Amino acid sequence: MKPAPFRYERAHDLQHALELLAEHGDDALPLAGGQSLLPMLNLRLVRPAVVVDLNRIEGLGDIRTAASGGLAIGARVRHRLLATDPAVRAHAPLLAQAAPWIAHPAIRHRGTFGGSLALADPAAEWPACVLALEGTLVLASRARGERRVAAADFFRGLYDCDREPDELLVGCEVPARAADSRSAFAEVARRHGDYAAVGLAIVARGMPGRGAHVRVALLGAGDTPCVARAAATVLAEGGDIEAAARALVAEIEPRGDLWYSAQAKRHLAAHLLRDTWRTVRDA
Amino acid sequence: MSAVREPPERWRDIELEVNGERCALRVPEREHLADALRHRLGLTGTHLGCEHGVCGACTVRVDGDAVRSCLMLAVQAEGCRVETIEGASARDAVVQALQAAFVERNALQCGYCTPGFVLAAAELLGECAAPSREAIRVALSGNLCRCTGYQAIVDAVEQAARRLSNSEPPR
Ligand SMILES: Cc1cc2nc3c(=O)[nH]c(=O)nc-3n(C[C@H](O)[C@H](O)[C@H](O)COP(=O)(O)OP(=O)(O)OC[C@H]3O[C@@H](n4cnc5c(N)ncnc54)[C@H](O)[C@@H]3O)c2cc1C
Ligand code: FES
Ligand code: FES
Repeated sequence: MKPAPFRYERAHDLQHALELLAEHGDDALPLAGGQSLLPMLNLRLVRPAVVVDLNRIEGLGDIRTAASGGLAIGARVRHRLLATDPAVRAHAPLLAQAAPWIAHPAIRHRGTFGGSLALADPAAEWPACVLALEGTLVLASRARGERRVAAADFFRGLYDCDREPDELLVGCEVPARAADSRSAFAEVARRHGDYAAVGLAIVARGMPGRGAHVRVALLGAGDTPCVARAAATVLAEGGDIEAAARALVAEIEPRGDLWYSAQAKRHLAAHLLRDTWRTVRDA
Repeated sequence: MSAVREPPERWRDIELEVNGERCALRVPEREHLADALRHRLGLTGTHLGCEHGVCGACTVRVDGDAVRSCLMLAVQAEGCRVETIEGASARDAVVQALQAAFVERNALQCGYCTPGFVLAAAELLGECAAPSREAIRVALSGNLCRCTGYQAIVDAVEQAARRLSNSEPPR
């Protein structure tokens, strides 16, 4: 199938993009990597009157040090760059660990960090990663200027996030990494590159039982990416991994799909927790 | 009769480089790059299998990177350097070695998927001269073949890699 007609507008800078969204509101859709939007356009699942191309906006594809000391990752940073960038490896290694799990090389060349976060697919890798890293999303609109939202408040439902139609996601900041912080990512998919049945991101620092901080976030385990607080608390307090796995199974509410029942997903999530915990504990 | 009110078709003039030649095109803004290459430039080596990103038959290079041409608008390629299987097979030694190995190992039957597999495999060999079978499978995971069952494709990529690193003479 081919897209229905629309008006294509190439934004030459951020201000221009915000003007176009302010003018057209609900009738306009931003186009980032196009790796989710083009399929939706081709299948005519969406029929925007105006498509606002973000690909030529300078600066939106940069990774910089944020004022807070963490990393400021532009919305149009491509999946591929997050897999290879030295600053990401040094300051947010979880993102480099998760990137190769996203789709296939040709899709990672174009797909973007911001596009994935704005799409808010509960089975996608980036939303769960920014939850695990306690990131902050930065949005901008012509009418209201810049607005910051904690990742924990951003993902509201299935493909639903805290973004208004006139707003652009301009980037995401992740806090500076503690020197002893360790992370791991793992998922189960039917075939490499397919959306995961379940995936898990873990970030830990300190000694379990002595003020350790552990954060666990899951994808594919509910209508939104979610944080597993109970399981993380067990691990931080030095509890047994099996007790943490039981806590995890009890606190998540995955939906069954064509291939995996909800019960199977709980089982896989527990397995991913054991696996990734071994990695961060022994690191 | 459709009840949906559609905006009128809008056309745009673009210039880009395709297979080493500058070209000027007039395209509907909604047209994806694959259709522009096939229908406006006659480059029918770029195939369309699914038009939603899952099969890889439409793989081309844009500014050197393998991408899905069904997931990019032609207007987005303005000013870019596009290379299709036609151009790559004329000029790129890695692509030529892969094509020869695909023939020798019977890595194609209908051939519909082949241009996409060759361009995806060429990118892999550009990054890693001697990939494992597992690495080849992962790199080609986004390309579907309905005929071969993949074994022969992985064989062909391995063979091309060996030949390019001179550990095996051409037949
Ligand atoms: C075969 C295939 C397999 C895939 N597998 C995976 C996978 O395993 N894991 C995964 O996470 N993803 C997967 N994807 C999706 C891919 O990662 C997309 O790149 C991603 O979901 C969307 O990013 P994008 O930059 O391509 O956004 P686009 O497709 O351009 O946009 C997606 C949506 O977000 C909106 N949007 C984009 N940018 C912004 C912005 N800055 N501000 C506000 N709104 C914005 C758009 O209007 C649109 O509604 C797959 C895609 C394909 C085709
Ligand atoms: S036609 Fe583009 S991926 Fe299938
Ligand atoms: S050879 Fe027929 S689809 Fe691959």
